[in-house]
Amino acid sequence: MLKIKNISTFYGRIQALRNVSLHIQSGEVVSLIGANGAGKTTLLNTISGILTPGSGEIVFEEQSLKSLSPERIVRLGISQAPEGRQIFAHHTVLENLELGAYLRSRRKDREQRAQDLERICQLFPVLDERKNQFAGTLSGGEQQMLAIGRALMARPKLLLLDEPSMGLAPKLVREIFENIFRLRKEGTTILLVEQNARAALAISDRAYVLENGRLVLQGDARELINDPEVRRAYLGKDYREVWE
Amino acid sequence: MEWYDQLLQYLITGITTGAVYALVALGFSIIYNSTEIINFAQGEFVMLGSMIAVSLFPLLGVPLWVAVILAVAITALIGLIFERLAIRPVRNGSVINLIIITIGGSILLKGIAVLIWGKESRSLPAFTSTEPIKFFGATLSGQSLWVMAGTLLAVILLHYFYEKTITGKALRACAFNRKAARLCGISVERMVLFSFGLSALLGAFAGVLITPITYTAWDAGTMLGLKGFCAAILGGIGSNPGAVMGGLVIGIVESLSAGYLSSGYKDAFAFLILLLMLYLRPAGILKKKLEKV
Repeated sequence: MLKIKNISTFYGRIQALRNVSLHIQSGEVVSLIGANGAGKTTLLNTISGILTPGSGEIVFEEQSLKSLSPERIVRLGISQAPEGRQIFAHHTVLENLELGAYLRSRRKDREQRAQDLERICQLFPVLDERKNQFAGTLSGGEQQMLAIGRALMARPKLLLLDEPSMGLAPKLVREIFENIFRLRKEGTTILLVEQNARAALAISDRAYVLENGRLVLQGDARELINDPEVRRAYLGKDYREVWE
Repeated sequence: MEWYDQLLQYLITGITTGAVYALVALGFSIIYNSTEIINFAQGEFVMLGSMIAVSLFPLLGVPLWVAVILAVAITALIGLIFERLAIRPVRNGSVINLIIITIGGSILLKGIAVLIWGKESRSLPAFTSTEPIKFFGATLSGQSLWVMAGTLLAVILLHYFYEKTITGKALRACAFNRKAARLCGISVERMVLFSFGLSALLGAFAGVLITPITYTAWDAGTMLGLKGFCAAILGGIGSNPGAVMGGLVIGIVESLSAGYLSSGYKDAFAFLILLLMLYLRPAGILKKKLEKV
């Protein structure tokens, strides 16, 4: 579905991604793990067209994304719930969801939009309860659900999730991951960026490990969770348990 | 005339000009929200609206209202062209460069106006030949009523647009968080284009409303633009309710100072307010603190 070949992305003269290649198949949940500053968010923003790669190629369903605007990329079927949620705080919950379906805001899409809205309200009942509240008044966990809901309103073929568990209490992290797991069961293709490697690996089919802008490891999520290198670097707590 | 009748008269005059400043200030606010640019060509949109209406009216022999609507529409189109030709090619430039470009645009538009219309002042007849209304001890001219009603209508429609239509919501989303808006599939370029068109439309509307009262000329937009800028700063740049309130305050202060002191001082008071605001409360009255929108 998505093929990334030898992408390098720069911020000015600083190189944030070095020859990264990866692929995602339809129906898969793939996670991208790595430390802070490893380039995970950069990679997602390059896919979304917010950043332009210096070299390399991204192909989505046989079409090159080269020099397409973020709007065109959303239209092709890739949508992103960005890092730090970035919901529209001064819009209501419902308006945030409407804006997620911005490219389908014509009258003829009305029924489809209503269906999607219903589906998202079933997935995240709390959004339904608070739909007329300003999004800025939601708690962190609710804002994260709203960010995911807003991205889903675009009817994406591929959903990019950037650190959905960031800054949330353990109970909420669990809830978010349960929701992602439910999306996976419904057949949504997801690229998940996470620092919480253990939780991410537990719900993924495959994973890539990014370090200093380079992919250093890749493979089946279940294999990676047992990989000594991954355990040492990203699942620190577990490793200590083994040691003791 | 008793003192309170006189005061009432000054207030009426102040609210009339203030309403026009409010429309100009809304234009500043709309463009600022989508681009962070202060568009110094805003006053020229006001001038163009009135000058085009003045030429269309006798030229085409059409009814006044047709000339007015056409002039506003043509100016909105000029606003769109202005964005395409002057702003979009350098959209990745710094905000300060873009502001300087709008100053250049303002000079260019004034130059074109002199070439087309010459330097003499012109006027439009009042929209309707309504008898001035006695309002307690003061008089309210028919055109003043048009200005107030027109501004009120524009403010209500604008509010409806921002709160209820998907394009309006998308514009607010762009102002709040550009990246998130793009990730929703909203084209920021199109929103910027749209806000230039909308600002030009509001400016031209202000121009045609006030021309029957104050006359217009090639350079009439400069002062109106600056007063609108004062109003926008007073209310907090980027805030629509602030723009309306700022416009009314500036209009009333001017009218009172012209009435009680001397009409020579009225501009000075508007700019005094601007300077005081920039020193003491640069975020404007309606905003709690200076924050990036």
